Order: sequence, then structure tokens, then C-alpha cells
Amino acid sequence: MPRSNKISAIGTVASIAAAAALAFTAPATAQNRELKIGVVGPFSGPSAGAAQQVLDGFMLGVEINGSKLGGLPTTVIREDDQLKPDVALQAVNKLIERDKVDVIIGPQYSNTLLATQRTMTEAKIINISAVAGPSQIAGKQCSPYFFSASFQNDEAHEVMGLYLQKKGVKRVYLLAPNYPAGRDTLNGFKRTFKGEIVGEVYTGLSQLDFAAEIAQIKRAKPDAVYVFYPATFGINFTKQYGQSGLIKDIPLYSASSIDESSLPAIGDVAIGTFQSTSWNFDTNVPANKAFTDAFVKRFNYRPTFISAYAFDAAQMLNAALTTVKGNLADKPALIAAIEKADFKSVRGKFKFNTNHFPIQNYDLVEVVKDSSGKLVQKTVATMQTDYTNAYVADCKMPKP
Amino acid sequence: MSTLALIIVQLMNGIQLGVMLFLMASGLTLVFGLMNFINLAHGSFYMIGAFIASSAVLWTGGFPSALVIAMLGTGLVGLALELGLLRHLYRKSHLQQVLITFGLILVLNELARIIWGALPVALRIPDFLSGSVEIMSGETYPVYRLAILAVGLLVALVLYFIINHTRAGMWVRAGASDRVIASAMGVNVGLVFSLLFAFGAALAGLAGVMAGPILTVQVGMGEPILILSLVVTVIGGIGSVRGAFIASLLVGIVDTFGRVLLPPALGSMIIFVFMAIFLAYRPQGLFATGR
Repeated sequence: MPRSNKISAIGTVASIAAAAALAFTAPATAQNRELKIGVVGPFSGPSAGAAQQVLDGFMLGVEINGSKLGGLPTTVIREDDQLKPDVALQAVNKLIERDKVDVIIGPQYSNTLLATQRTMTEAKIINISAVAGPSQIAGKQCSPYFFSASFQNDEAHEVMGLYLQKKGVKRVYLLAPNYPAGRDTLNGFKRTFKGEIVGEVYTGLSQLDFAAEIAQIKRAKPDAVYVFYPATFGINFTKQYGQSGLIKDIPLYSASSIDESSLPAIGDVAIGTFQSTSWNFDTNVPANKAFTDAFVKRFNYRPTFISAYAFDAAQMLNAALTTVKGNLADKPALIAAIEKADFKSVRGKFKFNTNHFPIQNYDLVEVVKDSSGKLVQKTVATMQTDYTNAYVADCKMPKP
Repeated sequence: MSTLALIIVQLMNGIQLGVMLFLMASGLTLVFGLMNFINLAHGSFYMIGAFIASSAVLWTGGFPSALVIAMLGTGLVGLALELGLLRHLYRKSHLQQVLITFGLILVLNELARIIWGALPVALRIPDFLSGSVEIMSGETYPVYRLAILAVGLLVALVLYFIINHTRAGMWVRAGASDRVIASAMGVNVGLVFSLLFAFGAALAGLAGVMAGPILTVQVGMGEPILILSLVVTVIGGIGSVRGAFIASLLVGIVDTFGRVLLPPALGSMIIFVFMAIFLAYRPQGLFATGR
């Protein structure tokens, strides 16, 4: 190894060690005010991968600013909610009362977020969601302390409905898991798609095999199939739909179901499926190029949309805290600064609507093989620009 | 697609789900029946089988060899657990067995996470089993699902032969009927237990390998199938492989048609309704062994 490389390697190690020391051992009585952030997600169980992707995205956002946000030395505390609302509430209470955090990122799922959002608002904790965006919080339950760095749950599905409508697709077959988010998302799709719904199927939450449903689709002969199957469901359904051979005649569209972390597990049968998203690995803005390069270098895997939103959450906090000069005491000023969203989002255009949910663009992405034979999602069209959620009128934002 | 063709395809889907359940339930019911031991960690063998196969495909490049390695590996894990831990639990109460084997699920899940990571891993359909074939005029069915059917039925036949026509099978039957007398008649019950446990684990591993290419290979994949396998075991009659086979097919078919014909809330609980009604009339299950 040449000498200069060696020195820079030592420098890197030293700076990582220094950063780690800052991040994990900064004493609570440090002279400068420090920033404490809790990240809540299902760090154990089947969704642990997703929780880690959010944490990685957020940590990168902190590290890239020298382990400081808005000039404040930043400590990140990770809490496991096991995807259970009661455990999430305990985790949030612990973060607020024992750790005295200033900001909480998460919880990640609609059920855990809804169970904890009031508690965070009552404690005047700034709460940023990098994943879930339940309609309640976008509408009647909106809170000055809550910000969504991701989306309102229905958006991607409404956009896909609009797109298929415009494309002239007449008959669509819908599938989703039988739980509130499954129904919400398909309702989002139906809100904008005015063609014929030839089937609307809600499958059990413990169901793994979709052969029976796929046989019914084959019989119904729709023009397209639209599904919301997050995480494991998405892998199972896409695999089996691809294996059935139907995909050649009846294209598969989805949102929040497939991402680049699940593509290796699905395999080549995912090629030619379409998804609706507000961020993709190839989203062509300089901030995204910098983010994806740094992320792959730091964590050695390709970020997914939730990592990107978590990274944005760190950037919007950094920008707002810089604006208020690190003053965490004046909450209304901090909230006003976050509302400005004066940061370079990895999705390009980003603004907050009055209910603290984003106004953003939506793209159509397709699963393809890149030149090295790797399965990736490629942006093929912009479906909507400056799109925002349908619930903003229901939100009468209270004063902080 | 004609209605008759649809019914036939759905029937095949149901039977295919059934034989998968049978691979799991046969080991579970034998262990339960013979050793009076409730092993909740049986689903973990299913997961371990799928994970080992996903790695073995990378080493050997072939699906059949990966399948054999996964079955052997899962069997060995089962044997080691039986010898090292589980055999000490046979005399404990069912509650203690349930608690300890539940703890074992958590431990094995975490071990799998440490070895293979939290993200799902790939296990592909081998080339020679990919694609679809025409089963009726104009009706195609995936070759791999036919292969699952064939493997499941083959295992059922082999088990039938071993249990009813070999000396080892006689020991198993004797042990399941009356452990104490069998032991007094000179059957080395301890050895039979160990081998049977390993064999049951290997079958669960086989189920995991076969399910891998159509489902998600990830930590915790064994738990949903364990619940269905327990239903099968109870309906079939504890300790009866014949009962487990018939119950597996019944559960597979009832589940498949229930999902298609009934509203979703009812469709996803149809199996449990079926079990409740069944047990109300026949609490000992289809074929109970003498216990």
C-alpha cells in the first residue's frame, strides 16, 4: 500500500473513531448543548431489515455533517418497537422521560405511529416520520410537532391510478393484504382510477401462497394487476405472479411493495414490473448522486426509498437547526424553520404543505437488468409533479 | 378459462399446499405422538433448511445437491438439539416444553440473522423446473409446483412404506402406542427418539427447501407454517402419519377454496373454523394412536 493511501486510511479510521466517540460517549453535561434523537422502529422480527435501512439513512445524514446537526453534537438512540403499538408507546415514553430526547424519528409503521403520535405531541417532541404517513395525521389529527419526510400513505397509489387511467387501461384487478393500510391504499387507487375494477381481493395476513388468487386473476383476464404488498408479501406475490407466466400478458403495477433490497430475493421474474415512487436510486439530482455514492460506500448496499427519506429527515433537521442557531428551546421557531424545508432533498423538489406532509413529484420505475446483470429499478416516466395528499383540507393546524 | 378448468387448477393448488404442510406435520406428529413432546421449534428447521439450501446453491451450483445438503444439515441440527437439549425435556410438563421450545425459536431466529442477515436471501427455481406446462387444453401450470406435488406424494409413499413395512417403522408404531411396553419389549427407545427427531427435522428442512423458491427465505419464515402444521397435527390425530396426510390435504383444499369463495375475513379463518367444527365431533382427531 502506498504511503499516502496508508496515511489517509489511518486518518479515516481516526476520524471514524472520533466520530464514534462523539456520537456515543458525549457526556450529558457537555458544555455545548447536545442534540438527542431517538429512532424507533421494528429492529427485531421480520421487518428488522427495513428498520435498519431507515437507521442507516438517518445515521449517514448525521455523519455527513460531522456527527452534528445544526452545529449541535448529535447522539442517536435506537429503540425497538417490535412492530407492536404497546411496545412502541413504551419505547417513546422511555426516550422522552429517561433519555430526554429532542427529536424522535419514527415509529415506522402506521399502527405504531398512530399509537404514539399524541404522546409525542403532548411532550412537545419534534417527530419526523421517514416511512408511514397515515391519513389521520395528514387530516384531523395533524400536529405542529409532526413532519412527514416520506409521503401520505395513499399518494403513490392515487398517482398510479391517474397514470393507468391516462394510459387507457380499462380493466384492473386489485390485491392487498386484509388490514387497514391495505384497504386505504386500494381506496387511494380507486379514488383516481375511473375504469372498471374487475376484482378487489384482500388476502389474509398469514397467507404466503397466492396460487389460488393468481388462478382467479387468469380467469378474470384484466388489462393490468395493481397490488399493495409490502415487504415479504411483495416478494412472495411478485415471485409467484412472475412464475405463473401471466406477467407477459397482464402487467403488474404496485407501489411501496418492491424495492432494491427485495429484488435479489425475487429474482429475474420481477423484470418488467412497474412501481410508483417519489424517489428512486437513479433520481437525477446532484444531492441524490452524492447521497447514493456515500451510502453505498458507507454501508455496502444500495439504499432504498426509506433510507433516502430518513436521510432527508436528517438534512431538513440540520437546515432548520442551523437557521435557529441550534436553539432547541424555542420550539415554535424551530417548527417554522423546518416548515421552510430549506435543504437539498435527494428527490429534487420538496416542499411542505400546511399539514406538514410533502409536496413532491412521482415517477414510474420499471425493474430492469443493468449492464452488470444486476436487477435495478429504472425511472421511465414522470407521472405527477408537485403532487400532494387528499387530506390537507381536513387539517386545521394548531399553534405549537 | 372454463369453470371446470378453474376448479381443477384450484384443487391442484390446494393439494400442493397440502403436501407442503404434510412434510412439516409428519415430523411434528411423530415427535408429538412418540415422545409426547411438543416442539414449537419445528418451524425453525423449515427455515434452516431453506437458508442452508440458499447457501448450498452458491457452493455447488445445483438445486438437487443443495436439497440433499440442506436435508442432511437440518437433520444434523435436529440431532444435535435432541441430544444436547431436548431429550432432557421429555419428562417435563407440556407447559415447560412449550416455553423452552418457544425460546428456542427466538434463539434460532437470531442465529439465522447473525449468519444470513436480516434481509431475505435468494433461492431460485432451478432451470430444469422453471416455466409452465400445459395440463389441459389451454391451461398451464408451473412446473415447479408440480414438482412440489411430486416430492410431497413421494415422501408420503416412502413414509407409508417405512412405517408399515419395516422394523424401524414397527418400533416407531410400538413406541407411539405405548412407550413403556415398547421399551420393556427391547426397543431402544432413546435411539429411536433421536433418529426420529432428526428425520422429522430433515423433512421440515425439505419442506423449507421446496418452499424457498416460491416464498421468501428470511428469518422467522417458519412460524406461519408451524401454526398450520399444528392444525394439521391436531385434525389428523396426534401421532398418526396417515391422519396427518389426509388432514394436510383437507386443510390445503379447504384453505384454497375458502379463500377464493368466501369474503376475506372469513376466508382467512376458515381453517380454524374447520378445525373447531371437526374437533367438536371428533376430539381425538382422524386417526388417534393409543394414548
